[in-house]
Amino acid sequence: MPTITIAEADVELNDDGFFEVPEQWTEEMVPTLALNEGIQEVTEDHWTVIRFMRKEYFEKGTGPTVRVLGKTSGVTVKELYRLFPKGPGKVAARMAGIPKPRGCI
Amino acid sequence: MTQNIVILGGGTGGTLTANRLRKHYKSAEATITVVDRDREHVYQPGLLFVPFGLTRAEDLIRPRERQLRKGIEFFEHDVDHVDIEGRKVFLEDGPTLPYDVLVIATGAKIVPDETEGLTDEGWNETMFTFYDAPGATALAKAYDDFDGGRIVVNVVDMPIKCPVAPLEFCFLTDWYFHERGIRDKVEITYVTPLDAAFTKPRAAKALAGLLEEKGVELVTEFNTGEVDGPGGRLVSFDEREVPFDLAVVIPVHSGAEFVGRSAGLGDALDFVDTDKSTLQSKAAPEVFAIGDAANLPAAKAGSVSHFEGEILVENIVRFLAGDELDATYDGHANCFIETGFDKALLIDFNYEQEPVEGHYPTKVGLPLLKESRLNHLGKLMFQWFYWHSLLPGRDIPGIKPDMPVGGKHLD
Repeated sequence: MPTITIAEADVELNDDGFFEVPEQWTEEMVPTLALNEGIQEVTEDHWTVIRFMRKEYFEKGTGPTVRVLGKTSGVTVKELYRLFPKGPGKVAARMAGIPKPRGCI
Repeated sequence: MTQNIVILGGGTGGTLTANRLRKHYKSAEATITVVDRDREHVYQPGLLFVPFGLTRAEDLIRPRERQLRKGIEFFEHDVDHVDIEGRKVFLEDGPTLPYDVLVIATGAKIVPDETEGLTDEGWNETMFTFYDAPGATALAKAYDDFDGGRIVVNVVDMPIKCPVAPLEFCFLTDWYFHERGIRDKVEITYVTPLDAAFTKPRAAKALAGLLEEKGVELVTEFNTGEVDGPGGRLVSFDEREVPFDLAVVIPVHSGAEFVGRSAGLGDALDFVDTDKSTLQSKAAPEVFAIGDAANLPAAKAGSVSHFEGEILVENIVRFLAGDELDATYDGHANCFIETGFDKALLIDFNYEQEPVEGHYPTKVGLPLLKESRLNHLGKLMFQWFYWHSLLPGRDIPGIKPDMPVGGKHLD
């Protein structure tokens, strides 16, 4: 489990880049996390999704799948892919500092 | 005092629950009412065989009412909504049913029109599904007429009923065109949103091996955004494309619409928020859910409803007696996976334990995660068990709800 420093704080990530401890995440880390995903500018729409992912995670114990995000976050699936081209489920979860969403059974 | 037990849904879970409860309670102790929107009980595992001409859809259907024991009332109605606080079910154009215990067993349905293009031009002409009886029947005709080209089998998104069925469909497609002598003219591609052939690692490896052996191409992490019938292509949200002459699509699934209209009952996909061990809903203690209708982290499969049934009935009995619920469901599921040429695999697993090799239910049972003729016979025989043993709520000797470990090769 690699420990890296983002925005002057140590965070533990798993091998796929997801946070092991979501409480270690701070808003200041988001621009750096975004650059890691190839996202140059974090817009208000990105923030809407990131905040929604964290809220869902702390309420339900897992982040939402893309389909559920599209139905409940106020951002459509198409728009989600525009914001997070490499896959909104995983990328937004990594930027929001939560584990990989379950959901695939 | 007579208790009112209302069961919404007369499929696998609803029928076996009603029958087990009727066996337990005398008629003076409880009234049992089953509601369903129609009268046709479909043996859903059989739909897989329809496109290959191995069975006909009409041979898989029996009247719902006839599967219910004497002393169970059946209503044919759509449900409008459940008033959780008032403990009443409101039917569309029908009576209002008050309940002491409510069981939601309304399953999962396919929602093809949630995917762009899927139900537009070409639906049931070049784009099909075998997940309902009319679709499976239309596909049988198309397979019969097919004389070569590119077939794609596409899972749009999870969760789906019977997550192994699309793989079985690929294996049987390989077999079917071998039998017709034109396998060399048919390309088969399996396109999945998962990062492997299946969700569980050891089974995924075995199944990917089988796909390769049978010459089925595997495309992973493909999130279908559009199915373009006239253009003959699947298009993913990240703009990848897979061309086809004939597409067999497993559409996204949702729970019953009334769940969404009943405040507090369901999740974003209209599946009932349910405790994964006790099967009690999170909305109210007197509301329970079984089978595909529940949002458990378990497979949506008939075997799950079967194993849940015994647990559910025990917990309902305890609830009505004012006792703590102590029966717990462990997520046990098993599935025969038809692989073609009269063979099948068997997998057996639960919430914690992924499918592994070995034998089920004990060391001398059916081989696990390994192709065999015996498993194929087991799959075929199961239809008889379904109507005559599972639905009536009889226990099958040696088959228990908890997952057995005796025959498994565990690390």
